[in-house]
Amino acid sequence: MALKASELEVGRTHSAELVKDIKRTQLVQYAGASGDYNPLHTDDLYTREVAGYPSVFAHGMLTMGMTGAMLTDYVGDGRLLKFGVRFTAQVWPGDDLEATATVEALREEGGEKLVDLKVSTRNQNGDEVLSGYAVARVDP
Amino acid sequence: MAVDKFPIEASHIMMFARSVNDGNPIYHDAEYAAKSEPGAIIAPPTFMQASAQFDPDYSLRPKIGQPWFGSGKEPSGVKPGQSGGGGNKGTLHAEQHFEYHRHPRVGDVLKATVKPGKTWEKEGRRAGKLIFTETITEYRDQNGELVVTARGVGVRTERPATSG
Repeated sequence: MALKASELEVGRTHSAELVKDIKRTQLVQYAGASGDYNPLHTDDLYTREVAGYPSVFAHGMLTMGMTGAMLTDYVGDGRLLKFGVRFTAQVWPGDDLEATATVEALREEGGEKLVDLKVSTRNQNGDEVLSGYAVARVDP
Repeated sequence: MAVDKFPIEASHIMMFARSVNDGNPIYHDAEYAAKSEPGAIIAPPTFMQASAQFDPDYSLRPKIGQPWFGSGKEPSGVKPGQSGGGGNKGTLHAEQHFEYHRHPRVGDVLKATVKPGKTWEKEGRRAGKLIFTETITEYRDQNGELVVTARGVGVRTERPATSG
């Protein structure tokens, strides 16, 4: 099910809960699937004693991946044209995350209707952990 | 990461989608996917990152018979100053951008080529001097068509960067 330009307006938002109380096991699961075995995400002893962080923390790409699920659930399968983010704060085990897409513009390019979205993911304290944008093809 | 052959496979997509809490059947149900608009199981938006699995030199994967910088008997399997053992010299991921020319689907075999991008510096509040490095990766399909362009920015910090 894809979005319709005729049913959208600038300023409209869509939010989704991405995860509650994120577990260390999920960081291990993402390491295995993505192939990024950086011990900063799975090895507490290394991360505290060698790297100097308070604990393991989530791969930025795990947060981006979960945020991507919010986006594709909203715009429809195969509709994304661009998706880019900055990682603005770390995600720690136990965090809750919620992602929001906000309609910034509706436009036409090459005969296709497009929507520009602002993307933001925040933790349980309201701190932004990811800030970005997406462009998707929408139905008329 | 430069990768000669990145085969887009159904079980890899299923495992990747599970790991990012994405239960969309387009990523695990071939019958559902066949009737959907894309017409096949496609890759989730950030799946190109998993091409690391097919990079023989990827530095963040333990390699058979080689030292590894994660903990074992000691907090790190590599002594300070010792070369090898993997790692990325304290580099964190600062930004990631994807442009989809089309969405890769099961059966595609992609080839990734890397172009170096810009490098710049900034003074950070907590982590000292920050050195940013951009990498542009182009993923092409079996017909040589550009499928996804990825632009990553890594940041190297003088001190651990924690933000709370």
